[in-house]
Amino acid sequence: MLVLLLECCFCLAAWLEPIHASKVNASEHTDSVLGSLLGDGRKFVADYFAVQADVYFHSGYYPSVFDEARAQEVQDSDISHPETGKHEEKGFMGPPRDWIDRFSRHFRPSRHFHLEGNKTEEMLPWLKLSAELDPQRVQSYLDADYWLRTVGKSVDAEDFVRQGLRANPHSPDLLYALGQIYLEDRKDYSRAKNLFLAAKKEWHKRDDPKPAVSKNGEEVKDYLLLESTLSGLIKAEEATGHLDQALRYLEELKPDAGDPAGVQKRINELQAKIKAQSGSNR
Amino acid sequence: MNKIFAVSAVVIKELYRRKDFYVLFILTALITLGMASMNFFHDDHIVRFIKEICLALIWISTLVIAITTAARQIPAERESRTIFPLLAKPIARWQVLVGKFLGCWLATGFALLVFYIFFALVSASREHTLHAPAYFQAFWLHWQMLGVIVALTMLGSVALSTPAANMTIVFVITLGILSMGGFLHLAAEKMTEPSATIVTAIYFLIPHLELFNISELIIHDWPLVDWLDLLGLTGYGLCYAAFFLLAACLVFRRKALN
Repeated sequence: MLVLLLECCFCLAAWLEPIHASKVNASEHTDSVLGSLLGDGRKFVADYFAVQADVYFHSGYYPSVFDEARAQEVQDSDISHPETGKHEEKGFMGPPRDWIDRFSRHFRPSRHFHLEGNKTEEMLPWLKLSAELDPQRVQSYLDADYWLRTVGKSVDAEDFVRQGLRANPHSPDLLYALGQIYLEDRKDYSRAKNLFLAAKKEWHKRDDPKPAVSKNGEEVKDYLLLESTLSGLIKAEEATGHLDQALRYLEELKPDAGDPAGVQKRINELQAKIKAQSGSNR
Repeated sequence: MNKIFAVSAVVIKELYRRKDFYVLFILTALITLGMASMNFFHDDHIVRFIKEICLALIWISTLVIAITTAARQIPAERESRTIFPLLAKPIARWQVLVGKFLGCWLATGFALLVFYIFFALVSASREHTLHAPAYFQAFWLHWQMLGVIVALTMLGSVALSTPAANMTIVFVITLGILSMGGFLHLAAEKMTEPSATIVTAIYFLIPHLELFNISELIIHDWPLVDWLDLLGLTGYGLCYAAFFLLAACLVFRRKALN
């Protein structure tokens, strides 16, 4: 009886396994060892690693999960953390609450400043691990791309962004990032233009169906990305001498631009330049 | 004092006869060296990530060594009935306890020293500099913290019934204080009475073990801690260790051994 049961189990397994294997997506990402160990929890760990990169950027001076400032810091999407003046900013700690708090500040990072120069490379392992654990986390690729290009590693940045695009082929953010590499680092304007056009197309596919504002009154569409993409197209067209096309992109940019007056000024300048060029050609 | 040192010498010899330290050290070394061999964007100068992993492993390993070594001392003597011939000698119960504490603390200190030497070598191989004073400060404060934990574990070993219960409770308390001890006052601000008062009282009563962890300063190359502050924190740790040890002596003095 036992042998019969074992034989039934074996036959079932042999029948079900190929069916399951054929249903698995062929392009499914093959997990690393760490990803396999963590399972679905890897997205949580990927987010933690991405925050660790930010902790390293702040040289350890970072609000804990118990500090209210942490939520704000984690949501701060501006990678470069621009300062208006000195690099040292106000911190989240505030005045010490008691003698233990005051004494503890001698034994942990207690000033707010950012890593500079080649030191910013110290963040990269965390971003790479974050991307490995959650390849759909586009922000990891964007952050790493920014810092790699800052230290002059454009080739590594391109490789990493391409790795991100393999996992997220329709990401307008990654297409824009790759376009920026070709525009600013390679000076390959035709390729940059193609990438920006692809980014624009994917942006419209992703963001056009979204409502303009959410229920909280916040903007849902990423107009900053659209503006950046169009700006990239304008630069590429200007660099290759296609001023008419550049003008068309400026006019497309104007309605959604953060500074419509500034864009109009550029339009006027470009129109004057086109007129002057056509006047000198006669 | 000779009697105390004689007892402590036995404990030290016991540590390097047992496999705990060697297993944990080899595990730490393998993981650290594995991490060090990983290539991140063709950069050989990335070191903070490796320092963080190595220090985290050192903290976990030495906590395990300290707590398991200290938790076994008195119960093992009782189970093997060697406590009776030991106390038949001209040695007081408190001397046995203090000797055991000193032996555990010194043994843990030797283990910690080996770990930190390994850490210093790995860091220096990447950074091509050796921050000896900073590493010494980290080692010293770590050792003081382990003294508090060993004393707490000794108290648990005479107060609680089994070593397993003692180890579990000490681990939970230690990890709780290390992760949340410094933030209890923040949590208390958001609570209603009487919870806020209770949490605030706990905040001021517990030994703040997180103060002894200066890993963040080491990892991110912050300047040295002021030596006077180091001395103050050493005194803070010794006070708590002495308190727990005194409590253990008082409990052990009246405890039946059979």
